[in-house]
Amino acid sequence: MSGRTETLSAAQAELLIQAKGAKTRHPGYWTGVLRRLSRDKMTMVCLSILLLMLLAIVFASVVSPFDPYQTSMIRRLKPPGFAGHPLGTDELGRDMLSRLLYGGRLSWFLGITPVVISLVIGGVLGVIAGFLGGWVNMAIMRTTDVFYAFPSVLLAVAISGALGAGISNAILSMSLVFIPQIIRVAETVTTGVRNLDYVESARASGASSMTIVRVHVLPNVLGPIFVYATSLISVSMILAAGLSFLGLGTKPPQAEWGLMLNTLRTAIYSQPLLAMLPGVCIFMTSICFNIASDGLRSAMDVRS
Amino acid sequence: MIFYLIRRVLYAIPISLAVSLVCFMLVHIAPGDPINAIVPPDAPQAVVEQIKHEYGLDKPLPVQFGLWLYQVSQGDLGRSLATGRSVWSDLRPATANTLRLAVTASLIGFVLGLILGGLAGTFRGTWIDRIATTFAVAGVSIPHYWLGMVMVILFSVTLGALPAMGAGPGGATDWAWDWAHIQYLILPAVTLSVIPMGIITRTVRGVVGEIMNQDFVNTLRGKGMLPRNIFLHVVKNAAPNALSVMGLQLGYLMGGSILVETVFSWPGTGFLLNSAIFQRDIPLLQGTILVLALFFVALNLIVDLVQTALDPRIKRS
Repeated sequence: MSGRTETLSAAQAELLIQAKGAKTRHPGYWTGVLRRLSRDKMTMVCLSILLLMLLAIVFASVVSPFDPYQTSMIRRLKPPGFAGHPLGTDELGRDMLSRLLYGGRLSWFLGITPVVISLVIGGVLGVIAGFLGGWVNMAIMRTTDVFYAFPSVLLAVAISGALGAGISNAILSMSLVFIPQIIRVAETVTTGVRNLDYVESARASGASSMTIVRVHVLPNVLGPIFVYATSLISVSMILAAGLSFLGLGTKPPQAEWGLMLNTLRTAIYSQPLLAMLPGVCIFMTSICFNIASDGLRSAMDVRS
Repeated sequence: MIFYLIRRVLYAIPISLAVSLVCFMLVHIAPGDPINAIVPPDAPQAVVEQIKHEYGLDKPLPVQFGLWLYQVSQGDLGRSLATGRSVWSDLRPATANTLRLAVTASLIGFVLGLILGGLAGTFRGTWIDRIATTFAVAGVSIPHYWLGMVMVILFSVTLGALPAMGAGPGGATDWAWDWAHIQYLILPAVTLSVIPMGIITRTVRGVVGEIMNQDFVNTLRGKGMLPRNIFLHVVKNAAPNALSVMGLQLGYLMGGSILVETVFSWPGTGFLLNSAIFQRDIPLLQGTILVLALFFVALNLIVDLVQTALDPRIKRS
């Protein structure tokens, strides 16, 4: 990846100099990425939906019409619009909209945290493995092979199942699923960069390993690793809600989309539409993250 | 190439051992003394000690692992805490049921994925491509356990066309490929098939699109070859990659069917895992995971070997 591909004509450069005073500056790589991203309608729509959802769940305490934990025996499983409940009530008479809003907090947290943890740990290990090579690479990569030998859902269920239900256990098990995947990507990208000529020249000109990593390797590998991590968020959201759906993530009465889907399963005969709502939220979030990640990937791909 | 094959087969051995080690450790990462997973908490101390000795839990961990590995190699996966039956006797019919579900779902997903991906790759940038890509993105983004519930509402509750749960009149152990049984398989299999459908569509679209842009296809087109025959050349080139992705997908479905099996009460390994988790039946959990993981290792090996055999360009040293 060359990083900067935009070339300026002399006239444009002249204009730029005038516009920015004495500073001559190429439009940076990231400016180009943002520009390409803003032209991608589908991605912008998805990012807007995600932003709206994020605002709604962050300000859940302001937006929610009711207390999400207030149960009512006489108002169980009421249809949307009943007695001021915009989306009806759940199997314990709690306001559906409020629970979906508060549930989003936990679902987003459970979906994104493992990816962030894996990005940090997997990224560091992968770059180390790729940059140092040799036996360090061997040790790290052979260990990831072992985790790769499990289908990912199975590995998460196995570790969560053995550790028992709970938010931290779910996050731990999912991180263990994603860390090896990020290590592999980080290692591949770093190995590719390490063998490039300019790294060789830097070394020949006496740059220390730390400098080479900081100045020449990291700026070129972080982008691809980050894009790969964003593509994992969609999977992570589905998996996190799935663990809760199995009773392995959050515990009742907490509001979380996967868990809500599970407890509403009994209502599919009486209030089918109501029982579908938490799943719609998971689907919406997951598909938007997926499309946004694809958009980011092609915006960052300078070749296209 | 022969050296690569031998190395690949040999490499499966340490991987299998490491996978077994992870499964073995599941008991030990479970909170509390592993003995608590075997005897009820109110058992007298003498009994606890005796069982500890019987299970070899008083020996150091590496020795325990060796003993456990020996037992497993003899086909003894221990006893279920909940039922007292041997884990293997529950696991065998369950594995067969999951295999039926996963293979059927894979076939549906592969056929749809090949058609959609092939069309999308051939007609890149057209509306056909956009529709196929939308299906693919939806397939990989949909929470399939939720899709299962939607299927039940549509086809079982509203239309009453297909049964919503179980695996047919005979229960878990009695399966036959007749309508009385197959009607139970349709909804879970279709639900599970959306994942491979999405992934295969993406893969095939990418591979076909890439091949269509290569020089040899232009040459074939230039010398006047019929589109039908060009298509055969493209298929030949796309097959190894597509097959390897499909093989892995089958493995992922075997391990990932737990959610769908829970929704449809399908009596497979996922259902077994679910009850193992709820009853904290660690030997059952351990045995099921081990069998599924080793199946995945074997599948990985087969996929690699088949891909190497099919694609002469892969000459790994």
